[in-house]
Parts: sequence; C-alpha cells; structure tokens
Amino acid sequence: MTEDRARKVYAIDRGTVIDHIPSPLALKVVEILGVKQEGILTIGINFKSAKLGSKDIVKVENLKLTESVTDRLALVAPTATINIIEQGRVVEKRPIHIPREFHGLLRCPNPKCITNVEEVTTVFHLEGEPPHPAVRCHYCERLYKNPGELVE
Amino acid sequence: MEFNQRSIISIRDFSREEIEFVVGKALEVKQGRWHDALSGKVLASLFFEPSTRTRLSFDAAMVSMGGRVVGFADAGVSSTKKGESLADTIRTVTGYCDVIAMRHPVEGAARLASEVAGVPVINAGDGANQHPTQTFLDLFTIHEEFGRLDGLKVGMLGDLKYGRTVHSLAKALSLFEVEQVFISPPSLRMPEGIIEELRQGGTAFQEVEEIDQVQGALDVLYVTRIQKERFADFQEYERVAGAYRLGHRELSALGGQCRVMHPLPRVDEIKPEVDSGGNAIYFRQAHNGIPTRQALLGLVTGTIS
Ligand SMILES: [Zn+2]
Repeated sequence: MTEDRARKVYAIDRGTVIDHIPSPLALKVVEILGVKQEGILTIGINFKSAKLGSKDIVKVENLKLTESVTDRLALVAPTATINIIEQGRVVEKRPIHIPREFHGLLRCPNPKCITNVEEVTTVFHLEGEPPHPAVRCHYCERLYKNPGELVE
Repeated sequence: MEFNQRSIISIRDFSREEIEFVVGKALEVKQGRWHDALSGKVLASLFFEPSTRTRLSFDAAMVSMGGRVVGFADAGVSSTKKGESLADTIRTVTGYCDVIAMRHPVEGAARLASEVAGVPVINAGDGANQHPTQTFLDLFTIHEEFGRLDGLKVGMLGDLKYGRTVHSLAKALSLFEVEQVFISPPSLRMPEGIIEELRQGGTAFQEVEEIDQVQGALDVLYVTRIQKERFADFQEYERVAGAYRLGHRELSALGGQCRVMHPLPRVDEIKPEVDSGGNAIYFRQAHNGIPTRQALLGLVTGTIS
C-alpha cells in the first residue's frame, strides 16, 4: 500500500523515492545524499504516517541511488525506506543499513582533533547499535552519542 | 602474533593476549636477553611539543640497545614552523629511519602519521588522547611486582577526569580480571564514557570521593596530580588537593601493603615519607620505561620476536 502510494501520488517513471523520512528532515536528506544538483527533485513534507506520525518523502528523478549512498542516511533518518523505480514500477525496495564505518560523512566536534587541523577525510567507527548508535572518531578516539548531529 | 612493522598508536588497538606478549618481551629485555637488538636501526624522534622525560627515555632505549636517534626536540626547529603539513613531514622522515616516535599536541596526529608513514610509528603522546608506551610500562611494572595482573585490586587517585594516563590504564586493566577503584573529588571523576565502557564490559569497580571510603585493601594505588588550572579558586584547589595527598596514614587506610605508582613528575601529591618505604615503586616504574620502549622498538622493527 505505502509502496504504491509512494509511487503513484508523486508518480515518477524512473528514479529513487525515499519514503518514511521523519519530519522535517527531507532537506537534510537531500543534503546528505548530495543530489541537490542532480536533476528534478520533489520534496514532500509532513505527510501523515501510521509508523512515524508524520513523514517526509524525497523523490529523485532519473537517478538510481546505490546502497552505499542511501546508507549515509543511517544516522539521520534510519527509518527511511528506499524505492527504486523503473518504467513506473517499484523494482527494488530496501531499508537503510547502518554502516560500521563512516568515511567523510561526519565532522568531529573536537577542536583539538587532527581532522580539524589538517586536510584529512574523517573516519568514524560505529559503537553501540540502533536505536542508540554511537560513533568513535578514528583519530582523536572521542565517543559521540548523538552522531546525527555530526553529519556535515 | 605479528608486531613487525606495526604502529603503536593507542592501547585500544591491543587485545589482552597482545598486551601480555609485550609485557613478557619487556621482561626478557630487562633480563638482558635482547642485548644490542636495535643495532643498525635508526629512530626518528619527532617531538612537535617538548617532553624531555619521554624523549630522553626513547633516546636512551634506542642508544643503549645499539641503535641511533635522529630528530628534533620541539616543533620550533622543524619544518612545521614553515607550514609544512604533518603528512608531508612524516613522508619525508620515513626515508631516513626505521621507526618513528612522535609526540604531538593534536589528538589523532600519531594515527594520521601511521597512515602515511612507510615505517612503524610509536605514539609518544597525542594531546589528551593516548600515550600507549606509558600504559605498557605501567602494566609491565604491575606485572613485575605481582607476577600477574589478574586478581588484583587497583586504585586510581586524584585527577581522573583529565588524566590521560589513568584513562588508558583503566581501559587496559579492564581486559584483565582486575577490580578498579576510582578515588577523586566529584569535579574530577572518571569520564562517563569510560565508566560506561567498564560497565558494559562487566568490569568490577567502585567510585569513591575519599581514601577512607575504599572498601578492602588495594594491591596498587596509581596517583595522579591534581592541577591548579582545574580550579577557578586557589583556596578551593588547596583544600581539594590537600585531601588527596598520600602519606603513611592514607596508606594504612588502604591496607598498608599497596604499591604506589605515579607517572611522574610528582609535585606534592605523595609525601616524601612514602618514598623510602616498601610501598613506593614510582621510580622503578619510570625506569621501566626503558625496557618497555626497547621491547616495543624491537618488536615493531622486527629485531625482537
Ligand atoms: Zn576526532
């Protein structure tokens, strides 16, 4: 049913629909996915959702987002579901998987961390499982309990 | 167990078995089994911030086992003053040494260095983060004293909030069957993150505010300095620091037998009356920096196995 709605209400022929984004994080999701400049985007905010109360939906036309891209949402919108659309039909539906490591996605808030001093790609390791994921900076080794706040 | 070409960055990188292995090698070195093992090897000693004790300990470790040392004692004389990146400095230095020991004020600097260096890097302190050779020498000293780590009760006293040494020690001891006792003023307690890790790992520990509140006798008491800078008010500092000063009376409250350790330098947190008794092992602990660092230098350069 939901799958059907995600496709029909904002019907696209080909592309990716990100459903079940907790409101109001649609714009953040667009930012994290890095699809701002990638053709037509449709953003729906504050739809009613049985699971979430209210949800946002992002539709990216003509672009099939790979798992490694959509899994970047794990810390911000772990409830999101990904629908890949081809010829107007959902051909793949998948949840978000939380990666064990995050490369270049998070910023370390520790001003004394080398990642804030030199040009270094940040790396964080997942510690603690959802729904309470925590991450540890690979460099300064500090532990952060609200990793969603570290997303750049 | 493979240590050849491995960097020594953080105590978090080591399992219980690996720690036991290093401690065992340090004992062999201290007993003279690896005479001149570092002969022909060159250590680049890169101290981006000054730390005379640690630097001299690495230098002495290297030279007394037949190795040589190049490097600098503070960043003022190095190329970093001219704006060269750490990564570039390390890539350059890699060309003329077999191993790097580095101290740097920025947290994670040694980890980054180990990722660009072509030779193993030993972290000699990266800001408030890690100083693994200190932790290894602390563990070696306790092991030397008791012949084991399991079954001991180890207290840590003083500034447990900002003390990098006690954070790493607590983490390392949690890999063993060691009961830990944290004694500190409320404002300088062990950070919540470390407490939580110990709890999750099932480590037995107590947290108390006063020496007299410790339940049962301690085998080891690790003392750290409470620094003036942590207090806005000098009188408050005097009051707090005074309450954690260790003398004969406090030692007998802890069972009288406990060995006293300290990362040094000490100011007045241990009364001189403690120095001469059988409890004080802090000078031996400092001397153990040499065999411990020699063992690590030998292991990572492949000359000790
Ligand atoms: Zn960091």
